[in-house]
Amino acid sequence: MTIVVVMEQVPDVVEELAIAPSGTDLDRDAVSYVVNEYDDHALEEALLLAEATGDEVVAVGIDTTGELDQALYTALAKGARRAIKLTGDFEGTWLSTRAAARLLVPVIQELEPRLVLTGVQAPDDLDGQLAPTLAALLGWPHASVVIGSQLVDGALQVRKELWGGMTMTLELELPAVLGVQAARQAPRYVPISRVRQVMREATIETRDVETSGDLAPAIMRLRFPEEAGQAEILTGSASEIADRIIELLRARGLL
Amino acid sequence: MDPKLQKVAEVWERDTAIVEGVDISGPWNRMFGQRVIWDYTPDLIEEIAQLPGAESFAWCYQCGKCVPVCPVDVVGDYGPRKLYRRAQTGINLLDSPDLWLCTTCANCLRVCPKLVDMVQIMPAAREHAMLTGRAIPAELQEALENTAKYGNPLGQPARKREAWVKDAGVPVPILHQIQRPVEWLWWVECYPSYHPRGIDASIALARIFNALGLDFAILGREEKCAGDSQRLAGERGLFEMLAEENIRTLSKYEFQHIVVTDPHALNAFRKHYPKLGGQYDVWHYTTLLARELPKLQPLLTKSLPYRVTFHDPCYLGRHNGEYDAPRQLIQALPGVEFVEMLRCRENSYCCGGGGGGMWLDSFAAGHQRRRLSEERVLEAVSTGADTLVVCCPYEVSRFEDAAKSTGVEGRLRVRDIAELLAEAMGLIGEGAA
Repeated sequence: MTIVVVMEQVPDVVEELAIAPSGTDLDRDAVSYVVNEYDDHALEEALLLAEATGDEVVAVGIDTTGELDQALYTALAKGARRAIKLTGDFEGTWLSTRAAARLLVPVIQELEPRLVLTGVQAPDDLDGQLAPTLAALLGWPHASVVIGSQLVDGALQVRKELWGGMTMTLELELPAVLGVQAARQAPRYVPISRVRQVMREATIETRDVETSGDLAPAIMRLRFPEEAGQAEILTGSASEIADRIIELLRARGLL
Repeated sequence: MDPKLQKVAEVWERDTAIVEGVDISGPWNRMFGQRVIWDYTPDLIEEIAQLPGAESFAWCYQCGKCVPVCPVDVVGDYGPRKLYRRAQTGINLLDSPDLWLCTTCANCLRVCPKLVDMVQIMPAAREHAMLTGRAIPAELQEALENTAKYGNPLGQPARKREAWVKDAGVPVPILHQIQRPVEWLWWVECYPSYHPRGIDASIALARIFNALGLDFAILGREEKCAGDSQRLAGERGLFEMLAEENIRTLSKYEFQHIVVTDPHALNAFRKHYPKLGGQYDVWHYTTLLARELPKLQPLLTKSLPYRVTFHDPCYLGRHNGEYDAPRQLIQALPGVEFVEMLRCRENSYCCGGGGGGMWLDSFAAGHQRRRLSEERVLEAVSTGADTLVVCCPYEVSRFEDAAKSTGVEGRLRVRDIAELLAEAMGLIGEGAA
């Protein structure tokens, strides 16, 4: 049986980001991309599930960067059996989560998986809408903020994080969609020689997909957050600091 | 029973036993009995020895010369002989913490009569462990992933690799900007480009190069980690990727020699880049500066009232045979009193950073009484020295941390040779321009 992992590349914020002269996009020549870290955890969780059950992991991604191959080859090197890349008119755009879900659904339906995993959120999906939107479009059950899962006798148990340090364990009917917060263990290391071997021997399946409608939000202006105010470190005895705090709160009309 | 063994059973501890005409009477003939070693198979030794490069693992005949010279055994329970013996008794090196404790310092190889070569065995075994899906220590994984992503193990942006240059206070030409041939291409490497204490040494060295009028330039953001320690940590593929990219970058520029800050880069360029098509004339900066001593000596005007000792980097000394250049430079420093540590030159101790140890510090510390770097700073202090001189970029931070953790921080300062030279030249420190 099949487990699908949906993976996305996002700008690497270790490198300094720059805004393109147009003022409506990042300077793409200066941007490097990394796999969304939650997607990396989704892949790890999928591989752990598949190792226990003998399922086949298929990595699927939409190539908006032109550089998705690297991420998919790494997924293959880690243990995914197939990798599928969706290409189309969207290269160089920031797809909306809804548009991404619409593009992914036909491929997922064709693969007939019993489980779809993706990262709980991404820098361009801070609300974590991809997993629930996929589930809604597919008509399947869904859980997000997942921190562990297991497939026992065809039943899926997932542990998800709630609030205040609480977790919840629930059972889902299959097929289902999971938004993964963290895999049971840290994403594995795959040596570069294995990645390079996979790049020589494996093939990424490419699907050119038709697009229609609004794919991306219209960006009017992109800018860096402006620096506002500065932190002041209060020093002195506890009572001096307390006096200073009261003074500051009074000055702002809060007391 | 095998008829031959039957014969053994018959003579077992007989007062009188003559076998095939030979008198083997007495208790010593228990040697014919089954011994403990027969309970084990050579399978785990063969599993390692069949890996390309690791053949010599099987050559060990248990003489044990390697153990007392092994820097890891000094602070723990280790040594090539022990690894072999453990494999005999069913402990799989691939699943043992032992796999990650060797720093490839090569002191065992120096004394081994059978040439059991851990410098080749360890990378092969580690690569095999990775390829067979065994988990690797998290701190090492992070360093390897950083190197693959950013070209340096620290996870710093590639573009910031040349950022230190603006603080150098002297011209540090960058090849992609100057677009002209130079005599010396200075391979700065990762820690000297990014680590604050590494940058201190880089600035000192840049000022010395300028004072000597050396025609040099750096690659800046185009330089990537030379990759030698990643290779020794088991990441041959990552090393090859880095080497291919670096060789491609170097092919764009004209230069006569390479001068490296880092002995690990020296080792990579001398021994491993040629196999991938990169042939260069490579010098460690201490070798270059020692050659320039006639020009350097008159510039060493400031007396330094220090009692210093020197730590030989494994990859400069044992691996590449350079023991004299750093000592010539130290002895040229006015006012400096030089004392050797007991473990020096060919028998130098190891800082623990080689062979991937730089990125296994917490892991290794969990299997040792104290860190190798801590053992070494205590040895340095025992000489009465107030300054520990180094010339490998792994060492300044390792030994400074070790001085703090062993409580000798106020008694021992750690300085790169370049820093002491620049200080004696009045280029850094008080009164510097």
